[in-house]
Amino acid sequence: MSATGIIETQTLEVSLGPQHPSTHGVFRMDVVLDGEYVVKLKPVMGYLHRNHEQIAEKLNWLGSMPYTDRLDYFCSMTNNWAYALAVEKMTGLKVPERAEYIRVIMAELTRLLNHSCAIGFLISDAGAWFTPVLYAIRERELILDFFEAVSGARMMCNYMRFGGVRVDLDDATLAMARNLVERWPKFLDEFEALLLGNEVFAARAQGVGILPRELAVNGSISGPVARASGVEYDIRKVDKYGVYERFDFRVPVGEKGDTFDRFMIRILEMRESVKILQQALRDIPAGPFIASETKLRNFKVPAGDGYGRIEAPKGELGFYLVSDGGAKPCRYHVRPPSFINLTVLEDMCLGQKVADAVIILGSIDIVLGEVDR
Amino acid sequence: MLPSLEQIRDSILAVIPATVELVPTNSLRVDRESALAVANFLKRDPKLRLDFCSCVTAVDYIKQDCIEVVYHLYSVALKHGPVVLKVRAPRAVEQCRVPSLTPVWRGCEYQEREAFDLYGVKFDGHPDLRRILMWDEFVDHPMRKDYVAPMDYEWEPTPHGETLARAKAQGGVVPASALEAKK
Repeated sequence: MSATGIIETQTLEVSLGPQHPSTHGVFRMDVVLDGEYVVKLKPVMGYLHRNHEQIAEKLNWLGSMPYTDRLDYFCSMTNNWAYALAVEKMTGLKVPERAEYIRVIMAELTRLLNHSCAIGFLISDAGAWFTPVLYAIRERELILDFFEAVSGARMMCNYMRFGGVRVDLDDATLAMARNLVERWPKFLDEFEALLLGNEVFAARAQGVGILPRELAVNGSISGPVARASGVEYDIRKVDKYGVYERFDFRVPVGEKGDTFDRFMIRILEMRESVKILQQALRDIPAGPFIASETKLRNFKVPAGDGYGRIEAPKGELGFYLVSDGGAKPCRYHVRPPSFINLTVLEDMCLGQKVADAVIILGSIDIVLGEVDR
Repeated sequence: MLPSLEQIRDSILAVIPATVELVPTNSLRVDRESALAVANFLKRDPKLRLDFCSCVTAVDYIKQDCIEVVYHLYSVALKHGPVVLKVRAPRAVEQCRVPSLTPVWRGCEYQEREAFDLYGVKFDGHPDLRRILMWDEFVDHPMRKDYVAPMDYEWEPTPHGETLARAKAQGGVVPASALEAKK
């Protein structure tokens, strides 16, 4: 006690992570707390850094395709697609129509599994340990079975090739996909009812970690996090890559940009993904699944640079490539959505309680394989 | 509709005395001194409104002896893009400086830190320029083309003369067990 009789308090520095289940991997937050409230927060990353970009610069063009699986290891299919898209832009390879449809089917299934697990982990962070996330993982496992049937691997699919995909879908796998899509809305209804009507979760998430629209745009935030803040921007609609302009779907947009909106936006996006999947599985044409002029060996890209980007489940995933005309990329850069979405983590957490910092991080949905590269 | 590259260049030159060079396929190369002013113009011009700085990275052009920082700019408001902004700096570590665009686009903050960490580009005016992926004690910039990995923290379990010579030349610590095996 000081001479004036007022109890002196001081701030407390806490290191949250790197070995902490709520950080979704090896991620650390240096937090300064005033009581229970966050007054400063600095993310610390790099624990999983293996210089993915340099590895890719030492391999030939196709050689880094399996490495892209390891970026966001939940969504290997979309990582493959983004890389293939960037290379196709530089070489001018035309992708056959059937391959475009297969890519859309794979990407939207990836979105379903990523969003359901992201919500599951978010609920885990809020304190409902394991049961909700296991509902999500139960369904995810069915999609992974499908990926395994098609590509031979559950998670590290290595499925896309420049100018198409590696293996065609046959009638049996297509029937599997149709079953999945038929099953998903029932699961989604159950999952949504379980969580949306939950007063405790609503009280934990509403009004917590608000991200204003201006900051979301200025901070280069993309994907569901930006859309929850009211940024109406979806690369599937803006760039119209692949065959996305043929499908009828909406882009859900949030109002407040709090943690609850980021949870809700993912539920709504899954419903739109189901709609896209139904249309894609109905309309998928027959034909080749890979461009005939593509070469698996001795593949070269004309000199120059190019940037390809797609709407990955976590946000804008881009590849910036520079070629000198040789068999290897001269520069290979990944624009990882989870890494850049962390830019505003401190702004969202300031003035919130330390327990809320955990669910705010959960609502951004990061994967450390992609943050650290 | 996004104006053509020539139109963008002309509208920049009408306002800012800068050196703007057109690089084929959608990029503008500006000089270091006027990069910040050009960035502010691109963000605020009503026809462009490039409010979303998507991707920031550096490229090491060792043959041209320069490091190029590349900004991919999009517009969320007008839904167009990209306009690619390139800024070049000399490769020498002391002179490798460019102005930071974080004051214009907050999203550059971590990406410029990454470019500093991996390429050694110093961004003047960056609020918090520290290493981000490598650890703080690390001395070099590992994505530079002339970077050689030191031998002392990943030595080979069956060392041979060449490995040991390289480790010694770089002043690395040769593990004692490696020297034992050499004898």
